[in-house]
Amino acid sequence: MYPENFRYTKEHEWVLVEGDTGTIGITDHAQEELGDIVYVDLPRVGTRLETGKSLGSVESVKAVSDIYAPLAGEVLEINSLLADAPEKLNQDPHGAAWLVKIRLDAPAEALNLLSAADYQTYIGAEK
Amino acid sequence: MLEACGVGSAEELFSHLPEAVRLNRPLDLPPGISEYEIVDYFRERAGRTAVGYASFLGAGVYAHYRPVLVDTVVSRGEFLTSYTPYQAEIAQGTLTAIFEFQTMICQLTGMDVANAGMWDGSTALPEAAMMAARATGKGRVLAAKSVHPEYREVLRTYALHQGMAVDEFGYDAETGAIDLKDLESKIDGLTAAVIVQSPNFFGIVDQAKAAAEIAHSRGALLILVFTEAVSLGLLEPVREADIVAGELQSFAISPSFGGPYAGVIATREKLVRQMPGRLVGQSTDSRGQRAFCLTLATREQHIRREKATSNICTNQALVALMATVFMTVYGKQGLRELALQNLAKAHYLAGKVKPRFSGKFFNEFAARVGDPESRNEALLEKKIVGGLPLGRFYPELADSVLLCATEMSRRADMDAVTEVLR
Amino acid sequence: MSARKLDRKVNSHLSPNELLIFERSSPGKKAYQLPELDVPAVDAAEALGAASVRAEIPGFPEVSEVEAIRHFTRLSTWNYAIDYGMYPLGSCTMKYNPRINEAVARLEGLAWAHPYQPETLAQGCMEVMERLEAALAEITGMDAVTLQPSAGAQGELTGILLVRALLESRGNPRKKILIPDSAHGTNPATAAIAGYAIENIRSSETGVLDVGALERIVDQDVAALMVTNPNTLGVFEENIVHAAEILHAKGAMLYMDGANMNALVGVARPGDFGVDVLQLNLHKTFSTPHGGGGPGAGPVAVKSHLEPFLPAPRLQRSGGQLHFDYDRKQAIGRVRAFYGNFGVLVRALAYILAHGGPGLRNATLDAVMNAVYIRKKLEPYFDLPYPSPNMHEVVFSDDRQAKLGVRTGDLAKRLIDYGFHPYTVSFPLIVHGALMIEPTETESKDEIDLFVEAMISIAREVETDPQLVKTAPHLTRIGRVDEVAAARKPVLKWTPDS
Repeated sequence: MYPENFRYTKEHEWVLVEGDTGTIGITDHAQEELGDIVYVDLPRVGTRLETGKSLGSVESVKAVSDIYAPLAGEVLEINSLLADAPEKLNQDPHGAAWLVKIRLDAPAEALNLLSAADYQTYIGAEK
Repeated sequence: MLEACGVGSAEELFSHLPEAVRLNRPLDLPPGISEYEIVDYFRERAGRTAVGYASFLGAGVYAHYRPVLVDTVVSRGEFLTSYTPYQAEIAQGTLTAIFEFQTMICQLTGMDVANAGMWDGSTALPEAAMMAARATGKGRVLAAKSVHPEYREVLRTYALHQGMAVDEFGYDAETGAIDLKDLESKIDGLTAAVIVQSPNFFGIVDQAKAAAEIAHSRGALLILVFTEAVSLGLLEPVREADIVAGELQSFAISPSFGGPYAGVIATREKLVRQMPGRLVGQSTDSRGQRAFCLTLATREQHIRREKATSNICTNQALVALMATVFMTVYGKQGLRELALQNLAKAHYLAGKVKPRFSGKFFNEFAARVGDPESRNEALLEKKIVGGLPLGRFYPELADSVLLCATEMSRRADMDAVTEVLR
Repeated sequence: MSARKLDRKVNSHLSPNELLIFERSSPGKKAYQLPELDVPAVDAAEALGAASVRAEIPGFPEVSEVEAIRHFTRLSTWNYAIDYGMYPLGSCTMKYNPRINEAVARLEGLAWAHPYQPETLAQGCMEVMERLEAALAEITGMDAVTLQPSAGAQGELTGILLVRALLESRGNPRKKILIPDSAHGTNPATAAIAGYAIENIRSSETGVLDVGALERIVDQDVAALMVTNPNTLGVFEENIVHAAEILHAKGAMLYMDGANMNALVGVARPGDFGVDVLQLNLHKTFSTPHGGGGPGAGPVAVKSHLEPFLPAPRLQRSGGQLHFDYDRKQAIGRVRAFYGNFGVLVRALAYILAHGGPGLRNATLDAVMNAVYIRKKLEPYFDLPYPSPNMHEVVFSDDRQAKLGVRTGDLAKRLIDYGFHPYTVSFPLIVHGALMIEPTETESKDEIDLFVEAMISIAREVETDPQLVKTAPHLTRIGRVDEVAAARKPVLKWTPDS
């Protein structure tokens, strides 16, 4: 369920590091908690993201959740699919519904984040 | 009930309150009075107002006939005593009416989307300014001096604490319309919005289109303000505007010494998520029927809290309903005819009491009268309330008054005004 | 005395069908008639310039008078209202809206008064305002009142701006406002608009303000604490006097959100327990009608040290006449044009006159008794997270029912089938799955017993037939509305090809 090659945060974001590019999304656990997603607010290309700071938000009918950058970097691409079909985020949060791709300042910092196993333990404990 | 509550008297229910906070005497207020004594009290006060006087006051609050149907509808308990329509299944009356209201406002203003209403025009304006700041990421607004002076005061109050700079540009002393050169000299790359009112405070149909071009060329938005909604029955809407912030008091909302009124914000599709206030959207229910509900609530205070687009909670639903009924009663032809009558009355008066400004006007205009105080005193003796002395807000216009004539103004009264003012 | 007793309020609902007004329109129909002009007609293109004259408004309604009245009458029958029955909405104080208020607000001299008419012709209106200011000052135990703010949220903003102005005059406006985690959403939204940062302060385990925590975090950067009293759990803040002392010792202010005044009128006064400034909600405590979402009014009452900063104009009496005083050097700016929602002020004053001092106090006693009664009756069936004595409202949680998969929102929808409007769902946030119930003094034992029986019946249904509750309501014309679709692809107006 939770890809081994992703790293995770306690705020339920994931990041896939490929060279110095990072793809960021929210986890399946997050989309479940939020319920039906109606809107995703993403930053503009070129925006600088700082670790732990909000990069945008995800809205359901009754709630808004900030998304925090797992790692620092510059936004290269945002997923245009989500503008027209925010429900994709409920359907495929680990795949087609990635949020942003960034050029990572320090790819190695991914090791500070949780592994898939640690994340699963963490959300198991939360329940 | 006392038994079920486990107490001997209702007073005991408060025994847990600390002694220090309790009020140990009765409230210093007279005992309750009967219904007819209440009517007597208010009737006595109502008698010491302008009842029986003809009035030529406008300046943001207009005397238009209120069709009887309006109060018939809003007096129904289902509308009067119902709550905010959060529970859509038992509030389709309110929700449907608001959806119709939103539609009519878009039709009138030429905008893509309108909200369910703001408290009034004066508070809709700062909300529009904050919208523009959010949308452009810029922190300065430029307001025309011909925008209602009290509206500009409210704008400043809100802007001050948002770190938003409010600057002003002038009007042309001859035409009464905005001074485009002044606007051009003052606008810069940091301007989020240019704010223009049309018809403006002086009643002049203003150069909103030209202002929009200047604004857009510098990456700013154009906020169009209106205070006389009846003008929209006849005047081409300013389709170049990005945000419209208006007052609907003219649509069967009693002047009521300043409130309650109903403001509205209308805008382009792309700015909808920046819009404050409630929004009603169309959807379907579990049985496939068309149904309406509040939507995009995540902009609002009860969800976003400190990041809300605004802190507004209660709006003006009942008052907006008055406007909706008014718009329905007059309809496509009626609103135009009503506007034409306003045009005719004001232009009749202006034919005799020369307007100070040369610009085209709708139903109000400024006129030089020498000494407004004494002229208005003389009018009061004829049981006429004269125009607003402009010196109150514009020292340079201290010799002038702002006269408004609507479909309710009588020829005989306008002739009497002419006699006194000439 | 009747042997019959109502055991259910509803069977099914008379629900006429109705289209949107645009769908009922036909070219040429009209519902208006204007008189003949007594002055010459004017050519619009000549007077305004041809480019300024609009073509017809496409799609604007065209119906006859009877079609208009039928349209709105039919729509109205789809609404629940206080005139139909109880609204147990916590924090909203949905009490009866007296019709005498409507009658007096429509008196010609008051309804047609123009805000700019000469003061000599406005004395009647100004006296109404003066009388209301005095009554509200007495009720709240404060020194001065402004009637300008349009609603509670605007009253809050005004109040916080007053605090800022006072602190600024003392040399430092400070940086943050403390807000309990149980607060209404308008509180943090307001603080942000006033340019303050927000710091949340957690409630204690008994649900009240934790004065220990307060003492630790109040410093020179704190401008004020915004507190609701009784709080959003319906519980009186027993440490409020101590909290006020802590704040005042550090030069900070105590702001009270007066939304829950229905528990205090005639019994305790904010001015007596250390509050510096509060806003009132006339559409809650003082019976002015909600009208489907407004209008309201949010007067602000202050202690004398804040009085100089009240927005202009202020009412003054001199030479036997009332005047509007605009010469107020320290005033914060206007928060709206003109003087306030005068029509709403008239209604609130009528309510106060009708009840009088003793009547207002009795209303409070009844409001609290009704809420405590409900608490006692429902405690065996619903989880009560905070057992402290409640006042005019009570907050349960859906814990017991959640174990069987049914949440507060579902219970609320099922309550509709019993002829009641739902209680306040999921607020305050500090209670998981909250059910917030406020009956007000309006409700008789009969109506409250029907409500209690309905809630108990629903609690039983959760155990025997949870699906029935989860798919409620069943007896309304409209079922649950797809709010997700409404938010994903918003359709916010009618178009001809809809």
